[in-house]
Amino acid sequence: MNTTAGTVAAPAIPLRDPAARTRATALVVAVVVLWPLLWLAEFKPWQLFASGNLQVMGNFLAGFLPPSTAPDFLALLWKATLETLAIATAGIALALVVAVPLAILATRSLAVSRIGPGPGRGAGAAVRTATRGVLTVLRAIPEIVWALVFVRALGLGPGAGVLALAVTYGGMLGKVYTEILESGDTRSARALLEAGSPRLGALFYALLPSTAQELASYTVYRWECAVRASVVMGFVGAGGLGQLMDQSMKMLNGGEASTILLTFLGLVIVADAMSAVIRRVLS
Amino acid sequence: MSGLRLEGAGLVHANGKRALRNISLALEGGERIAVIGPSGAGKTTLVRLLGTSLRPSEGRLFIGDADPWQAGARALRRLRARIGVVHQSPPIPPRLRVVTAVLAGRLGTWPTWKALASLLVPDDAAGARDALDRLDLGDRVFDRCDRLSGGQLQRVGIARVLYQRPAFILADEPVSALDPALADLSVGALVAESDAHGATLLASLHAVDLALKWFPRLVGMRGGEIVFDRPTAAVTSAMLHDLYATEGRALPQQGVDVLAVERPANVVMLKRPGCQ
Repeated sequence: MNTTAGTVAAPAIPLRDPAARTRATALVVAVVVLWPLLWLAEFKPWQLFASGNLQVMGNFLAGFLPPSTAPDFLALLWKATLETLAIATAGIALALVVAVPLAILATRSLAVSRIGPGPGRGAGAAVRTATRGVLTVLRAIPEIVWALVFVRALGLGPGAGVLALAVTYGGMLGKVYTEILESGDTRSARALLEAGSPRLGALFYALLPSTAQELASYTVYRWECAVRASVVMGFVGAGGLGQLMDQSMKMLNGGEASTILLTFLGLVIVADAMSAVIRRVLS
Repeated sequence: MSGLRLEGAGLVHANGKRALRNISLALEGGERIAVIGPSGAGKTTLVRLLGTSLRPSEGRLFIGDADPWQAGARALRRLRARIGVVHQSPPIPPRLRVVTAVLAGRLGTWPTWKALASLLVPDDAAGARDALDRLDLGDRVFDRCDRLSGGQLQRVGIARVLYQRPAFILADEPVSALDPALADLSVGALVAESDAHGATLLASLHAVDLALKWFPRLVGMRGGEIVFDRPTAAVTSAMLHDLYATEGRALPQQGVDVLAVERPANVVMLKRPGCQ
């Protein structure tokens, strides 16, 4: 009919979503992979509610009440809290020293040789891959292992914890900083590089203005994690609240343990507030 | 010394789509040309090719006498500092202040310590305001860019290039978000900058009347190829209508009627003295 009219109708585009098959496949793969993982992890939540188990857990938790408020314990707690904060803060500060230069080296959107691609692209890509490798190694080994190593070298005390945090968290911060800097609008950085700007110029005039909030909030979150990690490391003798907790648990003093847990809660709330303030200042 | 030259250049994007075919184009130092053509003609790609943002798949680019893609990293960086590109959508982070966004134009020539110090105390607020004043935006110098309208932000992008004071100004639809009066003012500011410092100026423009008014030479592009390349006086209305034939409507322009636009008789090829 169209041909008799002298025109050819454009073929109608079929309305079957071309992405549908990929999505369905992804869903099936996710289920097929997750199910054996849950089975391997012995994930049986219903056991929580079996009759005997609830009572055992209840008795264990009841031992934690009431929280201990003995004055000499509180003095000890105060000192340990300060020590934990000091470990976490010094650890994050050292981790920044490790992470920032590595992140700047590893960030693709700051690489001028990728434009074109231009001269030095091979060397640039090699440096980025190597840097990412270093970041991976740093964060692959848990801080508790580093702490065990450093405790042997430096003896019992906070120093080992600080070093362990610096190594592991340096790797984590570096990796996430790189990813934050590469996400979002990188056109502004590219435009500056194309106008001859050096790497740091593009970082400070293009990438940081749009990512500063996210970088700061992730850093504060990592500081919060460092507080918790320093507690865990305290169990292996790296000082702070962890060491105190270890002693209280060994003496089966649940009241003291619960006071320590309440202190953790307080610290996390403080970290949250800090993050909110920093984000507001940067926005 | 300060010209731009493409010899048989073509560009195929990484996805296999061809954007430019067999482009040969030469600009002398201080020359000003406008590139016009329908959407998808390859105007943006041409600007990116000339600005060393893309590497030609075929053919060669010469900036001055040098092929930038044969130069070393350091020489390429120095060369790029002399190229100022006005982007159609300004690549400026919203949280940057206007003064910082403009001063960023000179990052290619400033030492790093100066760039960092300028973030604390703007190194040359007066210079930034001068550049903004030429675009009627001087009063916004300490505002944040996310407080600006799209048209104002586009002018901040132009001010950045004016402040950069490059030897080559490449403008990719620099006034697409501006009303006719401001578009005229802004193109005029680019032309004045080129006139004052002998900068070579190439602008791709969607508005044909602006191209006719301000530029002594026009290049028409369609489908990734150059259709014509002539002095503006020799461009006929038939050539223009033919160029936009596929758009099936009137010529895109800022003003009312392209053929009613007065062609100023005083538009002549301006060159820097002693730069033949």
